[in-house]
Amino acid sequence: MTSLAVTTPQSTQQAVTAAVELRNVSKHFDGVIALRGVSLAFDRGQLSLLLGENGAGKSTLLRLIAGLATATEGSIALFGSTERDKWKCRLGFMPHASLLYDELTGLENLQYFAALYGIRDREFCQRAIAGVGLDPGLQRRVGQYSQGMRQRLSLARAVVHDPDLLLLDEPFSNVDVASAREIAAHLARMRDAGKSVLVVTHQPQVLDGVADEAVFLEAGRVIDRRCWNLEALRAFEEASLGSRVKEVRRL
Amino acid sequence: MSSLAHITRIGLRKDLRLEWRSKDALNAMIFFGGLIVVIFSFAFEPTQEEARQITGGLIWVAFLFAAVVAMNQTWARELRNQVLDAYCVSPAQPNALFLSKALGNFVFVIILEAVMAPLFVIFYNLRVLGPAWQLVVVALLGTWALVVNGTFFAALSLRTRSRELMLPLILFPICLPAVIAMVEATTNILTGDGSATSWPGVLAAYDLLFTTICLLLFEAVLKTE
Repeated sequence: MTSLAVTTPQSTQQAVTAAVELRNVSKHFDGVIALRGVSLAFDRGQLSLLLGENGAGKSTLLRLIAGLATATEGSIALFGSTERDKWKCRLGFMPHASLLYDELTGLENLQYFAALYGIRDREFCQRAIAGVGLDPGLQRRVGQYSQGMRQRLSLARAVVHDPDLLLLDEPFSNVDVASAREIAAHLARMRDAGKSVLVVTHQPQVLDGVADEAVFLEAGRVIDRRCWNLEALRAFEEASLGSRVKEVRRL
Repeated sequence: MSSLAHITRIGLRKDLRLEWRSKDALNAMIFFGGLIVVIFSFAFEPTQEEARQITGGLIWVAFLFAAVVAMNQTWARELRNQVLDAYCVSPAQPNALFLSKALGNFVFVIILEAVMAPLFVIFYNLRVLGPAWQLVVVALLGTWALVVNGTFFAALSLRTRSRELMLPLILFPICLPAVIAMVEATTNILTGDGSATSWPGVLAAYDLLFTTICLLLFEAVLKTE
């Protein structure tokens, strides 16, 4: 990964108030350093990828931005404010786990989570479910959904309150190609509507032609940041292949 | 933004619906409580007068042990699929989550008591000599004392490795004053002793104090990493 050349993407021209601004953020867990002095800014209306090997600190970074963990050092500002309570209505979070109740139907799940944001309209929830390609009338409990359906419903849960910033951790893992493309298309529509989207993924090729930029992390540090294009994708694939070859050699 | 009462109500409705469909807590509680009654009935063979003296203690010990099962289940379902994170990133007030969980547990333990109390009456051939309606007041106040602390300490031990063991270790000493008040009040009502009146007051004061403390501290507990 370190072989990637540093280029300056258009998106790094920081707006007056970036959607996300991290200043010298570090995170330590029981003696393990997950992030080391990360300083980044993500502009509004951009779809950014966070790439790196397992343990690079991508998910930790996302949890810090979501307010689910506190930085050991440094500060995080969303839409110009460091006060967490001011972000919450404007933030959507879709982590690796589904964050759904298996015993409830899709609509019951969404109605509950929408109510946490003050949304009481049943039709609003039905539209959100239909928006991700699911049937809002489906009476099946979420525990009986396929992985692809769960991921789509999880996305509907994350965007039901129409957030300005959407954080996604591995949204394409364990889903078929068709579901992955539908999720990618939904993210593209959100970006086109002026929302900021941050995606942690090991499958950036799904977002080829959709993502604007990519940030590469390694051992808790930002090692590269570039526009997301064919050249960047090839560099990512070569770096991934290189790390796999190294791993095989090590074994 | 939605009010505390609204979020509490939808949280309670969601928990009751989850329990109705899974029956995780109720089945375990009622089975466990039933076992305790049967074991106690084999261990003691009291006369009717002796039964009035000891049933207050037995009944509340049985409810306390069985209630712990429900408290653990309450938060366990929030850990599956990490659903608790969805609540934490939302603007909903942490206390609404606590109140909905405490009220849900209150409903479950009251159902347990409604099922178990007739069993105690049958097994111990009980006849209440005091005003029986006061038992309802003691049950309501005593149950709230158990569930408000149980819900709080179950949340506190949520991220510990051996949380099912931790809960009774923390909860039982804290609940001791309430348990003494419940047992004394129940025994006094069963035996017809007129001095029962002060114990419900003690329970009410205990409930007020610990509900306030739990509400003040719950947000910090929820934010613990």
